Amino acid sequence: MSHSAEDTDPGLPAGDDGETRRDFLTLATAALGVGGAALAVWPLIDSMNPAADTLALSTIEVDVKGVKPGQRITVKWRGKPVFIDHRTPEQIEKAQADDAAGLPDPQADKDRVKKPEWLVLVGVCTHLGCVPLGQKPSQPRGEFGGWFCPCHGSHYDFSGRIRKGPAPTNLEVPQYQFLNETTLRIG
Amino acid sequence: MTAPSEPTRAAPTEGSPGMIGKAKDWIDYRMPIFSFMEHELHEYPTPKNLNYWWNFGSLAGIILVIMIATGIVLAMNYTPHIDHAFNSVERIMRDVNYGWLIRYIHMNGASMFFLVVYIHIFRGLYFGSYKPPRELLWWLGIVILLLMMMTAFMGYVLPWGQMSFWGATVITNLFSAIPWVGDAIVTWLWGGFAVDNPTLQRFFSLHYLLPFVIVGVVVLHLWALHVHGSNNPLGIDRKSEKDSIPFHPYYTIKDLYGLGVFLIFYMAIVFFAPNALGEPDNYIPANPLVTPAHIVPEWYLLPFYAILRSITFDIWFIEAKLLGVIAMFASIFILFLLPWLDFSKVRSARFRPIYKQLFWVFLVDCILLGLVGAKAPNDKVFPGIDNFEYVQLGQITTAYYFFHFLILMPLLAKFEPTRPLPESISEPVLGNRAEAGE
Ligand code: HEM
Ligand code: FES
Repeated sequence: MSHSAEDTDPGLPAGDDGETRRDFLTLATAALGVGGAALAVWPLIDSMNPAADTLALSTIEVDVKGVKPGQRITVKWRGKPVFIDHRTPEQIEKAQADDAAGLPDPQADKDRVKKPEWLVLVGVCTHLGCVPLGQKPSQPRGEFGGWFCPCHGSHYDFSGRIRKGPAPTNLEVPQYQFLNETTLRIG
Repeated sequence: MTAPSEPTRAAPTEGSPGMIGKAKDWIDYRMPIFSFMEHELHEYPTPKNLNYWWNFGSLAGIILVIMIATGIVLAMNYTPHIDHAFNSVERIMRDVNYGWLIRYIHMNGASMFFLVVYIHIFRGLYFGSYKPPRELLWWLGIVILLLMMMTAFMGYVLPWGQMSFWGATVITNLFSAIPWVGDAIVTWLWGGFAVDNPTLQRFFSLHYLLPFVIVGVVVLHLWALHVHGSNNPLGIDRKSEKDSIPFHPYYTIKDLYGLGVFLIFYMAIVFFAPNALGEPDNYIPANPLVTPAHIVPEWYLLPFYAILRSITFDIWFIEAKLLGVIAMFASIFILFLLPWLDFSKVRSARFRPIYKQLFWVFLVDCILLGLVGAKAPNDKVFPGIDNFEYVQLGQITTAYYFFHFLILMPLLAKFEPTRPLPESISEPVLGNRAEAGE
């Protein structure tokens, strides 16, 4: 079968530039199809976000009575380590004094704690997610005495602030509150 | 055809004798699959001067088949759950009949796959196989490389050892460098707040899927290849029938020979040094609270890891972390632009005296990058010299990597005095005899 330009669509007059109503219909159908497909894909994409039960596991309670000044403990929250550091007066003093040092991610020590002697941090390096060393006295704590991330060499200070290395921001402080003198709820 | 010993076979459609011949004809009439194979695998005219560097394409294809075959059997005994994955792999190693063999073939097969594909790519770089009319073929090859990297990365997570877990953590965290949406993307990738069970399960699902996507892209790669045929060591087009030989039996037998040699090498590793290429830390079950002292990816990703880590400084308002990620991705994506960065009309390095040298410099640069990727950034390169650390070597080699593509290639394309090309693949050229038959 061969069609000439005129006899393909006798019912659809061509406009000046050769565009027909059929061109419009084709475009509109294609646009609707693409839009519809994009909407239909959303549930598939969103199904990969954290599920309700994962979100539900979001708080823990920790008893810190046995943690002496100068001691640090690690607890697991949302699959990540949380560092709880019972700071000594000297460490607190140094952390506060360093508020004035040139900090890559400036933040005062008092804004990072609820009680100065308790520093609570998400123990995940803000560079690429390794767990920094320094929780045990035997581990290296870096040039600023806080934590040292061995993966690519980030140094954190007594307030968990980044001081040197590739990490862009300070160690994150999670949401937490003191339920009483020695019990913490994280999350 | 040039080969006198090659009998001219009747195409099946001309009426083949015997039961099988009739059955073939019957099928071929309805779906010309036999004519297609005859055309693409038998008659398919191929330059007659291909050297052994042209074996690596078919080798890569065979390894892909081996990976899929062993992978499907592994999946029958593997459990994608954080509480069981490590033990299910140990069970494969200890209790499943030949499980150790199948796993070692799969595990080392990934290394072999990259080795072969890297040689295949460097072959292309040396002989100019990315130049017109093969740009699309080259692109499809890079797409395959990217898919392979994703597949191997996710496969490495499956045994749920320490390196699995921390490799996955570091690599997924790369996306947190993206401004504004980075953290949301990482949470989405994880399906939680850390690499955890949802992550393992989706990685298993994708690790099963992607190899078949690779198969699809390989089909496109071969389709593009068969339109203009293979490039060759001289880098000149075939001019007459005299320049070609049929693919079968000449290259089928050569590819088979290469396969034999390659399998000896591959199986020697599988049987005598199956863990030589791996990290001992991956035989320790994953522990989200303790990072191993030294995280390294598998060897085939080391050069890219080195590029990632070598950007330790901010540029304007862009943070070092983001720049590192950009540089790492750019180091692969720059390959897409190569056909335009190197616009020299001469394909083969044999006729490009300066490029020929710089090719080797570039290869050494890539190997050095691999070395840097394996070392701790602050280790000293030379024991005696204190202020030359691997970070710095990484920065130099990274800079050279981009310098090669962005500066040297266009400059050479414009100014390099190339040597005269031979008239054809068959005819040795005056004064060029040694080259033509090389
Ligand atoms: C492009 C092809 C493929 C590549 C490059 C690849 C790569 C890998 C790698 C590097 C590992 C980790 C090995 C280890 O250290 O233990 C792995 C594991 C695994 N792969 Fe694949 N793979 C491929 C295809 C497949 C296919 C098609 C399947 C089918 C389902 C599969 C199933 C598995 C399973 C179940 C494991 C976990 C068991 C183990 O760790 O040995 N793979 N893969
Ligand atoms: S992950 Fe800590 S420095 Fe890179």
